Amino acid sequence: MYNFEYLRPRSLAEAVEAMKGEDAQALSGGQTLIPTLKARLAQPSVLVDLTGLAELKGVSRMGDVLAIGAATRHADVAASAAARAAIPAVAALAGNIGDPAVRNRGTIGGSIANNDPAACYPSAALALGATIHTSAGRAIGADDFFQGMFETALDEGELVTRVDLPIPMAANYQKFEQPASRFALVGVFVARFAGGVRVAITGASESGVTRWEAAEAALTSSFSAEALSGLAFPADGLIGDIYGTPAYRAHLIAVLTRRAVQACG
Amino acid sequence: MAKDFGIGASSKRREDKRFLTGKGRYTDDMNKAGQAYVHFLRSDMAHGRIASIDVSAAEAAPGVLKVFTAKDFEAVGGVPCGWQVTDKNGEPMKEPKHPILAEGRVRHVGDPIAAVVAETRAHARDAAELIEVELEELPAVVDMRAALSGGQSVHDEAPDNLCYDWDFPAESKDAVDEAIRNAHHVTVLELRNNRLVANPMEPRCALGEYDEADDMHTLWTTSQNPHVIRLLMGAFVLGIPEHKLRVVAPDVGGGFGSKIYHYAEEAFVTFAAKVVGRPVKWTSDRAEAFMSDAHGRDHVCKVELAMDAEGNFLALRSTTLANMGAYLSTFAPCIPTWLHGTLLAGNYKTPLIFTNVKAVFTNTVPVDAYRGAGRPEATYLIERTVDKAAREMGIDPAELRRRNFITQFPYQTPVAVEYDSGNYNATLDKVLDASDRAGFAARKAESASRGKLRGFGLAHYIEACGIAPSSLVGALGARAGLYEAATVRVNPTGSISVFTGSHSHGQGHETTFAQVVADMLGVPEDSIDIVHGDTNRVPFGMGTYGSRSLAVGGSAIVKSVDKIIAKAKKIAAHLLEASETDITFENGQFSVQGTDRSLAWGEVCLAAYVPHKYPIETLEPGLEETSFYDPANFTYPSGAYACEVEVDPETGKVTVLSFTAADDFGNVVNPMIVEGQVHGGLAQGLGQALMEGCVYDENGQLITASFMDYAMPLAKDLPSFVVDNSACTPCTHNPLGVKGCGEAGAIGSPPALVNAVLDALSDYGIAHIDMPLTPSKVWAAIDAARPAAAAE
Amino acid sequence: MPGITVTVNGKTVTREVEGRTLLVQLLREELGLTGTHVGCDTSQCGACLVHVNGESVKSCTMLAAAADGAQVTTIEGVAGRDGTMSVVQAAFQEHHGLQCGFCTPGMVMSVTDLLRVNASPSETEVREWLEGNICRCTGYHNIVKAALAAAETLRAGQPLAAE
Repeated sequence: MYNFEYLRPRSLAEAVEAMKGEDAQALSGGQTLIPTLKARLAQPSVLVDLTGLAELKGVSRMGDVLAIGAATRHADVAASAAARAAIPAVAALAGNIGDPAVRNRGTIGGSIANNDPAACYPSAALALGATIHTSAGRAIGADDFFQGMFETALDEGELVTRVDLPIPMAANYQKFEQPASRFALVGVFVARFAGGVRVAITGASESGVTRWEAAEAALTSSFSAEALSGLAFPADGLIGDIYGTPAYRAHLIAVLTRRAVQACG
Repeated sequence: MAKDFGIGASSKRREDKRFLTGKGRYTDDMNKAGQAYVHFLRSDMAHGRIASIDVSAAEAAPGVLKVFTAKDFEAVGGVPCGWQVTDKNGEPMKEPKHPILAEGRVRHVGDPIAAVVAETRAHARDAAELIEVELEELPAVVDMRAALSGGQSVHDEAPDNLCYDWDFPAESKDAVDEAIRNAHHVTVLELRNNRLVANPMEPRCALGEYDEADDMHTLWTTSQNPHVIRLLMGAFVLGIPEHKLRVVAPDVGGGFGSKIYHYAEEAFVTFAAKVVGRPVKWTSDRAEAFMSDAHGRDHVCKVELAMDAEGNFLALRSTTLANMGAYLSTFAPCIPTWLHGTLLAGNYKTPLIFTNVKAVFTNTVPVDAYRGAGRPEATYLIERTVDKAAREMGIDPAELRRRNFITQFPYQTPVAVEYDSGNYNATLDKVLDASDRAGFAARKAESASRGKLRGFGLAHYIEACGIAPSSLVGALGARAGLYEAATVRVNPTGSISVFTGSHSHGQGHETTFAQVVADMLGVPEDSIDIVHGDTNRVPFGMGTYGSRSLAVGGSAIVKSVDKIIAKAKKIAAHLLEASETDITFENGQFSVQGTDRSLAWGEVCLAAYVPHKYPIETLEPGLEETSFYDPANFTYPSGAYACEVEVDPETGKVTVLSFTAADDFGNVVNPMIVEGQVHGGLAQGLGQALMEGCVYDENGQLITASFMDYAMPLAKDLPSFVVDNSACTPCTHNPLGVKGCGEAGAIGSPPALVNAVLDALSDYGIAHIDMPLTPSKVWAAIDAARPAAAAE
Repeated sequence: MPGITVTVNGKTVTREVEGRTLLVQLLREELGLTGTHVGCDTSQCGACLVHVNGESVKSCTMLAAAADGAQVTTIEGVAGRDGTMSVVQAAFQEHHGLQCGFCTPGMVMSVTDLLRVNASPSETEVREWLEGNICRCTGYHNIVKAALAAAETLRAGQPLAAE
């Protein structure tokens, strides 16, 4: 690692102030950032640790949304009674990210702000039509928030503070693991609302987490596995690597979407 | 009835407590006063000419003691190769120099160009970034076939990238060709044995020290064989005589072959410690391990198996391209030849066998032995081919194997080795029974009801272990003998220190070797200490690899204990005033036959060191003996493995449902430890078959350079194993009757798994899928076969 | 450099660390607690696993400065003061759940945490839990066996810690 100054603000206001430093970088659980720093792939001058901010932690139901503080760890979401009751698919997703030790550090805010193309959380946020609240007072819809691999709508120094996940009638996340990293080779999150169905895909696309509109339309008119028959996700623009060609990923998207629908019951 | 001590007992491991409480002492746990750290600047280019190196900024950086480049090593030798293979034209193999730091050219990603020694790790790494290296890129030689077909060469000395071209046995070629031409049926299979990275959990580490007062060099290193390192590094690289060089391999966190070899980093820290006048430590991180530890396997093969109408094997012919990587690692040349060609009979009485092996230089990390070393490659090639043959001939795979098993021992194979013992039908019977093959059809139907494809796969294996008779390996090109040494020192109060040249890095020698000695002497195991891993304490040693420790190292101990008993009997005879021939030794008691006169072990031991009234002209005081044991033959463990899998045809994902191993290791000293060795070998073999694969792109960039891309088997990927070693035929030529168990699991399991997957996919008519059977590859094979299957 | 105070195995220590110092570096290099190992750079192998405030954390993926004020337990702090091994440690020895010993500290810490949150894990749950701990020697067979056996001992009334 290159050296940096480490700051641990006591309040969000202090954190926002600290983020104004040149080359300042927010540190949440650090489960992606620290390995990145160890490989010397990033050189921030200041790391602003958000894990001490109680105001960014917690899971609660607020009307028809499940509100998760940005610094809430995966383990806490997985164990949260509120999450398990409101959107069990999200609790299950959180409980299957990485491993137990990673889940004791990694946070939803870190995951969403990093927008790794193979991360699990972005698919949930996008499929559920989350609203992402930020330190700049903005409330950004997931459709606008995710802007391609590792790209988000966050401005310089802007922090995710809370993620509001609308509570669906039913939802399911199907993750097919990459054999080495155990990240999603393909992950599909299906969310069924009274007003329609949303399907988000992670792991597969060169443009990061993405929706599958054709499947959404088909499932909105008939929420069944049969409704998906004949539908194929276009392989163009999908990631190809040693663990899957674009065609394989496209195929997995169809299989996992069907399985997610079946699991929704 | 299980024994509770000595040979045959599942004694709990005495080494465990230190590991379980954080008191293990691995090389990186050692820190010396004034210790400095080295960071190697490694090539990020697969092949390039070094136009210039400017280290001035790095030398001026904070904390830097010195920056080294190749010119600092002009007076020093390259990393030597320990085995010479002779080409079929009678010429020695091509053996280009492997410099400590790259000289003029870099030849693989990870080739070290310069090294910064500094006050801290961070200083060294920070400064390394300030070194300016100008590299002129050369075309990367990656694919072995392309490498041999002209164009860029990796070394000027080998313009066609051929290290050697080897025919074996040369005299069988025409007869094999003719048998294949005239056969009723020939099964043909082309396959690749995937390149692997050993990945012991402890990354390599080396700490060099120099004591000017007595001109003594010390190297602490993660090695499986410290004496071999002392010999290679002292004599061939740095020119340090043995008495001025101590090599210590303390607790070592796994090796699997990758810590056999002498590596440049070991020579570097030893050399640099004297130059900078400070101890110098290097600890590899995992990324560095991927590009500097020797890799394993990487063979591309074609096999032809000729049969008559009844499925009797008539002849086997194989051709293999074996990747050597950019330089020859310590034992690299012998792996695809003498540890591979000599095993091509497998468990079968195939009368005619011929193989051609071409060893190829490429711009990749050097390739050497990895758990099994040549024998997994031979076993995979044979057992995949036999399975395909069974399918083509319409004969049950178990029956085809039985029809061709060797059943008479000793058996001279057509590929130079003589198997001393074995019972292949017995292990097959056991594995079929323990895996409930009879119930497989019902289980397959149950899987089918869930849309899954279930498959059952068998494989047999034979290995040549207990490496090896020195006279034999000398004739085959080894530049060392492969005996083992042991000193048994009986202390005055009867406690015993055993100094063994074997090295334990997970195998549990401290426990099993003590069991052997306790059994022979009738003394408690805890009165025996096993000392290993230090050239200053152990007289000599060739180390631990090739499943040799108990068969060779253990036999050396037995030899020394035999001498101890003989000497102690003399002492007892003197003390009891009896004839030496009348003394018997049993359960730690020396007795005069036919009398009630006896002496306890401790009394004799004490007397050995208090030689009052000794006839000193015929009886020397003391009780310490050293032996060198050189085996008469290899040992030949064998076994039968069964694997049951389920394939999800929609995703291609393979789930291992069960794995059953029936091994013949000869006699077993500690069943608990033997089973553990099998478990570990199975995990590595299943890892190779299911998920592990080291991949370079066409530019020689290492794609799988971390655990994020190189798949390591996890607990959730594997089942609990069923392991049996009751079908035992003792080795006929070593005193313990043992054969070796360390590599078996890794040798026999890959073909069992692949055979099982192809059995599951049998309706699709898929003849072969190359390892690793990742979901995408299995799905691609299913997808490609689907139209054909649907049309039927 | 910030000064931090950490309680490690019950002993409170204060050190000045660079921002970039990892928790594992503090433990191994500053405090000499070399039982915690480093086996990878990507937060996957778990050889560095310790407990921070009672929970599993990969000490190679946490800054030392972030542990300011925390309670850290390493493998050296698991056995009783008299050296008696904990139920989990003893089960690893009894069932041969270790070979080279390098992954072992992380495995022991991980299994100990598992049994804290799940007193009766199934074999599948043990295997899933160990996703973050790589062992290259044992094939996991005996580690899983040891974990299940330790769970049984604990259910029979033995305390998780040796003390």
